[in-house]
Amino acid sequence: MGVYAIHVLNALLYSSVLFLIAGGLSLIYGVMRIVNLAHGNLYALGAFVTAWAVGRAAEAGAPNAVLFALLPVGAIAAAAVGAVIESTLLRPFYKRAEEYQLLMTFGLLMILEDLIRLVWGPNPLTATNVYAALGSISIGGDRYPGYNLVIIAVGFLAAVFLRGFIYRTKFGVLLRATSQDKRMASALGVNVNRIYLQAFTLGCFMAGLGGAVVVPSQSAVLGMGVDALVLAFIVVVIGGLGSLEGALAGALIVGFVREAGVTWFPEIELAVLYLIAALVLLVRPAGLFVRASR
Amino acid sequence: MSQVAGFLRGRRAWAAAWIVPVSALLLAAPYLFDPFQTLTLTYGLIAAIGALGFNLLLGYTGLLSFGHSAYFGTGTYAVAFLVKYLKITSMELLLAGSVLASAIVSVLFGYVCVRYTRIFFGILTLALSQVLWSLAFKFFWVTGGTDGLRVPTPKLLGLAPTDDKIEFLAHRYYYYVLAIFAACVLIMWVVVHSPFGKALQAIRDNETRAEFIGIRIRRYRLIAFVISGIFTGLAGALWGPLNGLASPDILVWTFSGEIVFMTVLGGFTTFVGPIIGAVAFTYLKTYAVGFTVYWQLLLGTVLLVLVLALPTGITGTIQQAAARLRRSI
Repeated sequence: MGVYAIHVLNALLYSSVLFLIAGGLSLIYGVMRIVNLAHGNLYALGAFVTAWAVGRAAEAGAPNAVLFALLPVGAIAAAAVGAVIESTLLRPFYKRAEEYQLLMTFGLLMILEDLIRLVWGPNPLTATNVYAALGSISIGGDRYPGYNLVIIAVGFLAAVFLRGFIYRTKFGVLLRATSQDKRMASALGVNVNRIYLQAFTLGCFMAGLGGAVVVPSQSAVLGMGVDALVLAFIVVVIGGLGSLEGALAGALIVGFVREAGVTWFPEIELAVLYLIAALVLLVRPAGLFVRASR
Repeated sequence: MSQVAGFLRGRRAWAAAWIVPVSALLLAAPYLFDPFQTLTLTYGLIAAIGALGFNLLLGYTGLLSFGHSAYFGTGTYAVAFLVKYLKITSMELLLAGSVLASAIVSVLFGYVCVRYTRIFFGILTLALSQVLWSLAFKFFWVTGGTDGLRVPTPKLLGLAPTDDKIEFLAHRYYYYVLAIFAACVLIMWVVVHSPFGKALQAIRDNETRAEFIGIRIRRYRLIAFVISGIFTGLAGALWGPLNGLASPDILVWTFSGEIVFMTVLGGFTTFVGPIIGAVAFTYLKTYAVGFTVYWQLLLGTVLLVLVLALPTGITGTIQQAAARLRRSI
């Protein structure tokens, strides 16, 4: 029994991180109609910044509480970089064909990949102090790392907060209005540029948060962003680009399929995920949670 | 003065003015440059075949594929498999095999992808290309995994390769690639100037109108997709023996991004754009990689500047400048 519980927890852990990445990607697409190919790199940036900050603080002998408080640093850094990217590089492109936006973000992907290498060098960074601080708990006789439960909780809370944010606040209303009809929203006095900036920053914050919470359990390595992006793509393709519920459902599907795949069919685990995505696109091109009216 | 202006306006004269010297340069390249340069040029010509195929979709049909690594990789892996498992050494047979393989893959993928356009087309092509990548990556007992498969130098037109591999690649193989490149350029020229090519451009410019005048959009897109895939597959096949190794790196989606990059660099609005872009990109990447470990930073910046300042690429910008020059004469 314990082993199944651990499989489920692993799947949820994986889904949480995927939701943080894919949710941001989906939010950005939903509002701005931009597929951000550099999104994975912002996730990586969050991981590197947090690992660096935690590592430094731990060297200086900071107590564990401080280390935990430092975790969100990566998310804030990613949000800041996102804000700069949106206002300087993406803003001139909203009127041009979407191919150019895709190329722009591909260029950003290459640049961010190397900037991370430039700043932190080619070696992996870790923040294992945080991971070790929580020790492990016993589930049905098996040991399970306590920190993993933190990741699951963060993913769950992010989903709850985001939903509240988008459906219960004034900002959420403006966001949804802009997403549905940008010109109409603009005509009604919504500052679309500001909404775009906020949406992109929030999306990047989520990606950075994903990296920040995951880094204590696995090290920050070069190339993690590109790998994560492809999985996030699968998630949004399954759930539907632009839909938060879709991103959550997609993240859960991918998380569970992946956990099953790693256990029972490791050779074709990735191929199965891509095929599920392709199948969903065939049957419901806009994704499981989006009506194909657009 | 008006005679000079008239001559400058004549497109044919313009074309002849650069086609003749460029052809002469390409033919003489192995005798003019050292083997390293010739090999880089060979890589460039091969990339040009792939970019030419890619641009049939982007420039002429208006579909941005982010998964052309799939067909390139299929071409390379087909060669590697045929050599390893069937012991085929004749390059012509290998090319035929890889053309067949990339045709099959592009029919399968294309059938699914051409139902969509714009961003969904891009993501679907990307997702499908990643299926192949993950298979090549995981089925290591067939594909060699990340180590890849060795591709030995094949027989060209029945002639066994010489002992000096560099000499062989920089001379015989170069001319072999050049001949296929020339044939591909000719074929693609005929395709885009045929009624079929015009129909593709009509679909690109206005899908609804094209449908109203009786063009079967999906079928035309599929045919364009398959031609595009075959060209890119052929490029992959030629790349195999030159690189000597088929590895999953050429199937991963960022490689598709490089194909998009080179096409936009040259300019996807013109016929020769992807060719120039592919050669320029190959040189750029070769020197950037040799110059710094941060070559991605360099190339990414080039891409940003390109998209921001010169969205029509090298050839588009030259064209605009030439048009301005002609007006001023």
